[in-house]
Amino acid sequence: MKKELNLFDKPENVRRFLICFFISLVMLIGAEFFIHKHPGFPWESSLGFFAVYGFVSNVLLIFIAKLLRLIVLRKEKYYDQ
Amino acid sequence: MINSLISPALILIPGAIPVPFLKGKAKSLYMLLLPVVTLLYLLSFPSDGFRITGTLWGYELVFCRADKLSMLFGYIFCIMTFLGVLFALQVKDNLQHVAALVYAGSTLGVVYAGDFLTLYIFWELMAISSTFLILAARTRESRDAGFRYILMHLAGGLFLLAGIVLYIQKTGTLTFDYIGLNGIGSWLIFIGIALNAAAIPLHAWLPDAYPMGTPTSTVFLSAFTTKSAVYLMARTFPGAPPLVWIGAVMVFVPIFYAVLENDIRRVLAYSLLNQVGFMLCGIGIGTALALNGAVSHAFSHIIYKALLFMAAGSVLHMTGKIKCTELGGLYKTMPLTCLFCMIGAASISAFPLFSGFVSKSMIVSASAHEKMMLVWLILQFASAGVFHHAGIKVPFFTFFGHDSGIRAKEPPWNMLLAMGLAAFMCIFIGIYPKILYQILPFPVDYVPYTGDHVIGQLQLLMFGALAFALLILSGYYPPEIRSINLDVDFFYRKAGIWANRILDWGLNGINAASEKYVLGLARFTAAFFNNLATGLLMFFSVNIWLLLGYRNKRLELKKTRLYNDMLEGTLPIGIGAASAITFILLVYILT
Repeated sequence: MKKELNLFDKPENVRRFLICFFISLVMLIGAEFFIHKHPGFPWESSLGFFAVYGFVSNVLLIFIAKLLRLIVLRKEKYYDQ
Repeated sequence: MINSLISPALILIPGAIPVPFLKGKAKSLYMLLLPVVTLLYLLSFPSDGFRITGTLWGYELVFCRADKLSMLFGYIFCIMTFLGVLFALQVKDNLQHVAALVYAGSTLGVVYAGDFLTLYIFWELMAISSTFLILAARTRESRDAGFRYILMHLAGGLFLLAGIVLYIQKTGTLTFDYIGLNGIGSWLIFIGIALNAAAIPLHAWLPDAYPMGTPTSTVFLSAFTTKSAVYLMARTFPGAPPLVWIGAVMVFVPIFYAVLENDIRRVLAYSLLNQVGFMLCGIGIGTALALNGAVSHAFSHIIYKALLFMAAGSVLHMTGKIKCTELGGLYKTMPLTCLFCMIGAASISAFPLFSGFVSKSMIVSASAHEKMMLVWLILQFASAGVFHHAGIKVPFFTFFGHDSGIRAKEPPWNMLLAMGLAAFMCIFIGIYPKILYQILPFPVDYVPYTGDHVIGQLQLLMFGALAFALLILSGYYPPEIRSINLDVDFFYRKAGIWANRILDWGLNGINAASEKYVLGLARFTAAFFNNLATGLLMFFSVNIWLLLGYRNKRLELKKTRLYNDMLEGTLPIGIGAASAITFILLVYILT
């Protein structure tokens, strides 16, 4: 019997994963200083625009989805009744 | 070199006939060879394009129109057929194999059709054969969903047909190319195609029906219908202004549903809508860059979406479960499936070095070139949202998340191989986009891998992931609930029932009222004349009996017997005849 993977059962692995993740975020912001930009819109050249936009988009997405759920949520058997 | 003048559709469709009569390895080999032969046939076409034509009742027919646009879709549909057949090899059900091959073949027929008659025949064949792929699950849900699916597509087909009739009347020809939105006929054609593209608000059939297929049939379904409609839109309505906004709505509305949805394959169905939204938006923008982006995105989308549906299908095949609430922790025993799923997820999220990046960014860049600010913002919002639901949610809730305790094995080798090939293609196109760019309809001078573009996209995705992580950790993330979410199909599923009830109440009310009053009148009239006859007969009879000398009890008995006989219609013939004669005599005397 093959031993099953349990990579994420260990808390230290999850911690390592998160640390790598946060380092990559910082590096992505830092990398902006070393690239040449040719923006299509003026705001694209401001520092961390895409980071902010990505973050805000996702929070907004969840917020609106939660509101939407108030309207559209039904039981699984809704159409069978 | 063209040695046989046939439409590419006519390899797969007749080729499906022997499938039920073959067994074992021969059957597998035969089915895998069909798409390969078709692809080789396509590759034998001259590179500058050609047509196979004929005439019918004085109209020119174009069975096969090979140019750069149709060839690109021809290639990808052949590749997809091969992947789909390989993934479904272990399936014993011949209905599925035959339906899938006919479906793929008729899609090729649609892509290569250069006239509306050929197009319409293959269009309807596509709708019918794909319905069998939904019904193949043989559950009550799939039967109902399949029924709704075929009704929607027949309705769409009627729009197309009506548009075609008006088109022929206007132009006097069956052949078509660019049409453009002018006049009612073109709008009807537009609506017919838009329904197959699952354009909002004609989209509800897709998330309704696709998740109801078998683990393998949904893989086929995900590829052909919508993308053949995207092809037709790019062919007939490039630059149509409504498409920009239809596409813009499609990229962002479905992602809210995808976030809420519990069924993994329905999450993928909503993200399919979102991806088709990118393509329609690109077609609506209509510049060379945007059209290149739309069709190249269709190409890479077919592969990674099939890969995601294959991963979901593998999970369903091995565990029998497909809901977020029932899955989790599967990476422990299905690491390869998990890896392939994540490659598909990275591709759909347009991570650099994966196929989605090199195609989707063309559409986004095209919107920036045209200075469409709002469209650009929506597309970027949707890009972040795609990563959220298809890139993180699907792998996270299936393979990671809380441990569901399920210890399913990896799927059979053919399923793994199909996923592996698809995953390879996703990465290959991402690393070497030139292979895709050189078959695009317009010359390409687009460079996807620039510093600012890569960093911008990575920031968008990774900080989106940060938001996901923080929301999950804070508990604000909407929990997965066993539920369904209302969509436009509400109007024909629930409101249909209400309409039925109102009609039932109204029409059956009229029915009941008619019964009550009309029958009542008839009964009243019948009773009236019956009583009249009885009364008359009684009058004459009693007089006769009195004359004959009957009295008292005997007379009473006679009267009662006659009365009962009259009411029940059991008069002895003699008396019946006598009463009739009496009646006639009476009439004779009175007139």
